[in-house]
Amino acid sequence: MSDTSTIHHIKLPDGSIEKQTTTLNLGPTHPATHGVFQNILELDGERIISTESTVGYIHRAFEKLAERRPLFQITPITDRLNYCSSPINNMGWHLTCEKLLGIQTPKRVDYLRVIIMELARIADHLICNSIVGVDTGAYTGFLYVMQYRELIYEIYEQICGSRLTTNIGRIGGFERNFTNDAFKKLEKFLDEYPKVLAEFENLFTRNRIFMERTIGAGPISAERALNYGFTGPNLRAAGVDYDVRVHNPYSSYQDFQFEIPVGTTGDCYDRFLVRNQEMWQSISIIKQAYQKVQEFKGADAEVYHADVPEYYLPEKKDVYTKMEALIWHFKIIMGEINIPPGELYFPVEGANGELGFYLISDGGRTPYRLHFRRPCFVYYQAFEELVKGSMLSDAVIVMSSLNLIAGEMDA
Amino acid sequence: MLTNESIQQKLTEKFGDQVTGFTESFGMMSFEAPKDLNLKVLQFLYDDEELQFRFLSDLQAVHYPDQIGRELAVVYHLHNLVSNVRLRFKVFTNIQTPDVFSATALFSSANWMERETYDFFGVNFVGHPNLKRILNVDEMDYFPMRKEFPLEDQTRIDKDDEMFGRGGTF
Repeated sequence: MSDTSTIHHIKLPDGSIEKQTTTLNLGPTHPATHGVFQNILELDGERIISTESTVGYIHRAFEKLAERRPLFQITPITDRLNYCSSPINNMGWHLTCEKLLGIQTPKRVDYLRVIIMELARIADHLICNSIVGVDTGAYTGFLYVMQYRELIYEIYEQICGSRLTTNIGRIGGFERNFTNDAFKKLEKFLDEYPKVLAEFENLFTRNRIFMERTIGAGPISAERALNYGFTGPNLRAAGVDYDVRVHNPYSSYQDFQFEIPVGTTGDCYDRFLVRNQEMWQSISIIKQAYQKVQEFKGADAEVYHADVPEYYLPEKKDVYTKMEALIWHFKIIMGEINIPPGELYFPVEGANGELGFYLISDGGRTPYRLHFRRPCFVYYQAFEELVKGSMLSDAVIVMSSLNLIAGEMDA
Repeated sequence: MLTNESIQQKLTEKFGDQVTGFTESFGMMSFEAPKDLNLKVLQFLYDDEELQFRFLSDLQAVHYPDQIGRELAVVYHLHNLVSNVRLRFKVFTNIQTPDVFSATALFSSANWMERETYDFFGVNFVGHPNLKRILNVDEMDYFPMRKEFPLEDQTRIDKDDEMFGRGGTF
């Protein structure tokens, strides 16, 4: 043996090559993952050679649970998918049920739902975009817009009583009419938020440091994005104008005028811009919807649910005074209503993309099978391709700009 | 203009009586094919000039324990984004040898969706690059979404199946 082999403290077996790369665990409880999932990165210096993602740390067996629950008890499960925009999941589930049950909701209910869904979209996008800011080193934007997420949560609170896991609405409509306070808070939001969003954009959009960090980080072509099943803002950032609200309108989205913003390169910067633009579009949709809601006068302005006694809980005062209402109350609460048999796939535009509900009913009282198409779960598998060959710090921004929500991934 | 009728016509032209069970529910057409043909059908739907079903919306399985010989259904939801038409495609397999060809070569998105389906139903996707559990722990030795695993503890007598809407007489 020559002298060079004595350099090693540990003698390697003959013929083996010394390992030149570093293995790094990013997650499961790393602050940069913003959720519980793990990435095992293989690094050459600071360059990423390969990644392996592990998900499922907070898997809660939602699909199995749903097989033993009547429809209205599944709504709280959907809260916990994408918990940054629970109302969209709730409404998506109600709309799925209504389609299967053949319930036609009044226009006012549709418009109120649109308001809530777009508020949820804004809450989700602003948290995602400000977290991209935090991960690039700019904390100010995050704190600045956070007070408006607070205001959105206060609006939820006025309507359903809770903030994060909302369980908002019922099959057929809402649990109660919107209060005057809710509308006042909505007006305050519509009045103040556009200015704040404009300032938030000023902070980032042409910020040299932010641009250097995000332009070219984690790009994807439109073709690859489609092949990977991207939907929502991440697909639109790659240049495909696919939006469920336009392609398969639900909840009267066809009554509104709005644009679908698209990017070109599909990198973190484009994803950021698309989300910002979508917030502007959402504000415009809320304004239109609020105007339409205000046009209902007299008795029409009191309509907040469809007339479906089999599925919509009667008012408490009726339960105590009317036999009919008491019967329905018990039948609904005990889950004694049979669902008509049928098979249905219903997509809605979640904050992260196409949120689909695949519901099979065999005529029993609970779904025979319910599958959630979770946009996060589908597009997270592209992560390896997005970050391969880029720097470690890019991986962190790519993760936050994809808006990976562990609750949605793991179901 | 791509309609459900023209899709059905094109499929029967190509595959004859191999494609069956055309039904339409809530505007979406559904059909099935033998499990050996699943890739050929998906490829045809992908490549054809008019059909262009190039977006895999969703992939999952359903367990029907009462259908002997075709207990597991693998369900593909496809989307033609140009004409905006959705399609549901099913293949059935028996539960003893649940081998179905993997669609990962055609759709990268099928990778994790097939892993999830394997994880919960035990469908063995032949040709999958990395078929292992994804949401459950690796040590798990059963497939939890199959119907033989009821949600409630079977030793409990206070939770009757009738209370939960299945198996009851009233």
